[in-house]
Amino acid sequence: MSQALKIFKKELKDYFVSPIAYIVICIFLLITGWFFFTTFFLYDQANLRSFFNLLPITFSFVIPAVTMRLFSEELHAGSYEMLLTLPVRLSDVIVGKFLAGVTFVAIMLIPTLSYAVWTSVIGDLDWGPVIGGYLGAILLGATFSAIGVFASSMTRNQIIAFIVAMVICFALTLIDKMLFFFPTGLLEVINYLGAGFHFENISKGIIDTRDIVYFFSVIFLALYGSHLVLQEKR
Amino acid sequence: MIHMEKLTKYYGDLCAVDRIDLDIHKGEITGLLGPNGAGKTTTMRMLTGYLLPTSGNIQVKDYSTEEDMLKIKRLIGYLPESAPLYHSMLVYDYLDYVARIRSLDRHARMKRIHELADLCGLNGIMHKGIGELSKGLKQRVGLAHAMMDDPEILVLDEPTSGLDPNQIVDIRDIIRRIGKEKTIILSTHILSEAEATCDRIVIIDKGKIVADGSTETLKKASGQEKTIRISLVDADLPSVQARLGAIEGVGAIEQTDALQPGELRLKIAVTGDDDLRQAIYRSIRETDWVLVEFSQEGKSLEKIFRELTKEA
Repeated sequence: MSQALKIFKKELKDYFVSPIAYIVICIFLLITGWFFFTTFFLYDQANLRSFFNLLPITFSFVIPAVTMRLFSEELHAGSYEMLLTLPVRLSDVIVGKFLAGVTFVAIMLIPTLSYAVWTSVIGDLDWGPVIGGYLGAILLGATFSAIGVFASSMTRNQIIAFIVAMVICFALTLIDKMLFFFPTGLLEVINYLGAGFHFENISKGIIDTRDIVYFFSVIFLALYGSHLVLQEKR
Repeated sequence: MIHMEKLTKYYGDLCAVDRIDLDIHKGEITGLLGPNGAGKTTTMRMLTGYLLPTSGNIQVKDYSTEEDMLKIKRLIGYLPESAPLYHSMLVYDYLDYVARIRSLDRHARMKRIHELADLCGLNGIMHKGIGELSKGLKQRVGLAHAMMDDPEILVLDEPTSGLDPNQIVDIRDIIRRIGKEKTIILSTHILSEAEATCDRIVIIDKGKIVADGSTETLKKASGQEKTIRISLVDADLPSVQARLGAIEGVGAIEQTDALQPGELRLKIAVTGDDDLRQAIYRSIRETDWVLVEFSQEGKSLEKIFRELTKEA
């Protein structure tokens, strides 16, 4: 586990020495800020609902951009061979890189706390849904990061990794909004599969174990999938 | 030290390494030779844990790759071909990272990085980005990476490929210096390099070991064929052939391209085990020919290599 932490530190540092991190953070803040404040005064309500409602969609393309390099870059450059022949387990590498992705997403969310602070200044903000929303955002971010890691482990081409991860994330976000396409018997199942559905539950401030279990199982499946893919390459 | 048993690797249907048995002893510098695609890199990658064998087993000391890969990785320093390093990192940061992963504590880390900087000649480039370095310098950083934990076994995949002659001499010096205490396995297709640096040579072809031993034993095993080269001035081919051909043990005498005008260069095949140099010299001394070059060569490693690995 300590080996995973060392890889985590290195990967996180890597994010912030390249300009890509700052570009991604800027794009993320511009999009969320724009959509939050253009409708904020129209609704005339002191809450962050419009910010959290949009988050799954924004995450669906921002997080794949963050995670696409994690394995693809190393597979492409060949440094993966040097990394894997150091005394580390494959699982250490995967967990370390995944945690770096999640931490990056968390750091990206920090500036958005100012929306909450600002809203509480001008109105009477209920902090419950906000705390739930951020907890959900971290869980959703972690889930999409795990999917990003999985996509990145499959290919040495970062663009393919980005697109694959984005498609999966969008599918999980939107699937529960397209229920009318599916037969009635499957509705429950399809609804449960949607990441958007579980995120909405948490961001209302209702913390249900079913939602937590959902996020953790997707994370586990995606990371385990990466392990299988990378093990297969050996 | 290292014991490989029936080591096999398939890539799909392609058999890259075919039931290799190989023992490598402590303190040996072993050179893996072979044409491209013979299975050298694959063998090294299985030893270092990058690839998993399809079947067979490797034991390093008392550890087996199946159960104790992590312990084996701690014993081995590996430099992959063309040193694929993180291009965005600084040399110092990279070495520091490797030292951390290899669990050196703070004090040991600083000390070891400085030692390696001296040994591999990295002092001027510690704060440069790896991406800006020339191939030779990258190779040296890679070598420092491999030696970070002072490993007992060093595995170097084509350590001198793509380097200029000065860099090759530098890297070879480093290898020979560290080779005094370590077990080294290196792959190369520069035969003179293998001859100069390795105690033992293993030739691999199509995934199988076709020859194994020191350069001397390899040469002996492939026959005592010798050739003598002479260059004469003021001589003509028929009379030389008549005169030297009469000496017992002299085989075919062939003319080769002259280096200078007026010179007759000849290649004399020697049959049998006798040393014919004295007899040839005496015979030439009785004439008016001027001897300007006279040398004997055994079968070269190149020739052995070509014979063993040529297409059937």
